[in-house]
Amino acid sequence: MRQVDDLRLDHLTKSFGEMTAVDDLSLTIPAGSFFALVGASGCGKTTTLRMVAGLEDPTSGRILIGDRDITGMRAYQRPVNTVFQSYALFPHLDIYENVAFGLRRRGIKDVKGPVESMLDLVELGPMARRKPSQLSGGQQQRVAVARALINEPEVLLLDEPLGALDLKLRRQMQIELKRIQTEVGTTFVHVTHDQEEAMTMADTVAVMNAGRIEQMGYPAEVYELPRTLFVANFLGQSNIISGAVAGSDGSMVTVSAHGAAFRLPGDRNSASGAAILVGVRPEKVTLLDAVDSARVPAPHNRVDGTVTDVSYTGVSTQYLVRTPWGQELTVFEQNDIVGDRAAVGDPVVMHWAVEHTFGLEP
Amino acid sequence: MNWLRKNLIAIIGILVLIYLFIPIAVIAVMSFNKPEGKFNISWNQFSTDAWQNLCGVPGVCDSFLVSIQIGLISTVVATIFGTMIAFALVRYRFRGRSSTNLLIFLPMATPEVVMGSSLLALFLNLRFPLGEVTVIIAHIMFIISFVVVTVKARLQGLDPRLEEAARDLYASPRATFRYVTLPLVLPGIIGAALLGFALSFDDFIISFFNAGTLVTFPIFIWGAAQRGIPVQVNALATLVFLVALVVVLTSQFVSYRRRKSLEILPEEDRSPATVDVMSRS
Repeated sequence: MRQVDDLRLDHLTKSFGEMTAVDDLSLTIPAGSFFALVGASGCGKTTTLRMVAGLEDPTSGRILIGDRDITGMRAYQRPVNTVFQSYALFPHLDIYENVAFGLRRRGIKDVKGPVESMLDLVELGPMARRKPSQLSGGQQQRVAVARALINEPEVLLLDEPLGALDLKLRRQMQIELKRIQTEVGTTFVHVTHDQEEAMTMADTVAVMNAGRIEQMGYPAEVYELPRTLFVANFLGQSNIISGAVAGSDGSMVTVSAHGAAFRLPGDRNSASGAAILVGVRPEKVTLLDAVDSARVPAPHNRVDGTVTDVSYTGVSTQYLVRTPWGQELTVFEQNDIVGDRAAVGDPVVMHWAVEHTFGLEP
Repeated sequence: MNWLRKNLIAIIGILVLIYLFIPIAVIAVMSFNKPEGKFNISWNQFSTDAWQNLCGVPGVCDSFLVSIQIGLISTVVATIFGTMIAFALVRYRFRGRSSTNLLIFLPMATPEVVMGSSLLALFLNLRFPLGEVTVIIAHIMFIISFVVVTVKARLQGLDPRLEEAARDLYASPRATFRYVTLPLVLPGIIGAALLGFALSFDDFIISFFNAGTLVTFPIFIWGAAQRGIPVQVNALATLVFLVALVVVLTSQFVSYRRRKSLEILPEEDRSPATVDVMSRS
């Protein structure tokens, strides 16, 4: 593996007229990591990527690789390459020449060896003399990766690289990209709106909203403990109940909401004042028949309710349960139970561990 | 009756093609005629005289070469300027861009008689001697419009990400143009040049007004028509048609070969659409 440097964004801002696409973004992406930038469309993630590539000039701020400031460098001078959305392969050149393009532009005469070994890495050796239009979507995608990686960039940028593929192929390519990243050890910065894809592939996930990063960390860390309402709802689903902090004893915070009491660990609470949103992921909630309510473990948070909808999705069943205060909560249950499932209209009790509860700033 | 219903479209198609090609066929056939009098109008006798002696009539080959020369010069100049204008209009936002877009259409919309006579008035007022130069100036002027329109269409269809990809892959602006933009726009430029040459070679009205004593091929035919068109004109016209036919057939053949090679699509790596639908739902 080569020695590579961290990619650092320093107070990066980009405005288009009145609109601020990227708002004072500061970020360090460790060398050799697989970093995913997720967010809804228009959140500024693609603009951030284009600024790193040099295809867009920042309004203010700096971009650095290690200690080298690359903000003023032109796109063709940066040690950064991009895998474009829908690939942007050169239609008039064959696969071999597409992959060799970067080397030739840098005046490298002997391209045969590197091109062939790169085509082998993406398993496209026999396709070398085909034109891009003769390849399937998945193959074109791999050409786009090869064309960028052959230049041994310090950072590889991927702009929704799998967006044009169907679901089955996308899963395949996710594993493939992860394999290539491990093999070459280059820093990958992956921009996507698909939160599942981001969590599957990346070492670090940053959730972006309105030009800012809302939360960043290991995928499991961010998913298990969202710190903002946006993250709780964008990265997976969440049940959110609004309430007020009633007190805290030691490490536990007690919340009263709609006449019920909930508890959560103090270090899982992001609310600063008395108003709080209590959250829990749908798959953390267990459903019990109301007559079995005595079986709810004592320390658990619990809510009574009535089932209003049941949808069977194969691996799991999704329930919508109406609480006494009229809110509908979502519950995912693995289909590993023996016997009858809850049906619409059944009175039930929902419960979940205190350690799975989180608190958010409203 | 049933047979007719099935083949009606083919029959109509063939009739239309016959309608289109009869004039050309007549020209070709009459190039092998040996006319009885001065006028090559009715079939008399088969002969290859005209083909064996293409320049046999005074002035015919001179005018033919003059038209070719004018066509080449004005096409080259108009293609260069027209391509540059097209790039400017598509790539840059500048003051007067939308009015330029509109004005570029004007020469195409102006009746040729008006344009020809106005240009003549202009040249006379400037005391500019009429001749090959004035004809070339006039031709460049109206060919540019066609070049701009053709190249612009090609440029607008060009995915801007291809140029971004080139820049991303260490191509300087000059290299990006040389290795990506130009090869991709070239078919449009060549098409524009061919169209421009055809328009120039064919032009009579504007040339007639501004030629002075110069005789282009269309002017020669027009003049000859009064006294009887020599068979050589038919032979030369057939020759031009054959050259055009070879050009068209060659390009068709090339694109057919290309399409043929596209048909061997790789089978692996293509999951059927049904899988996609099912796993999404």
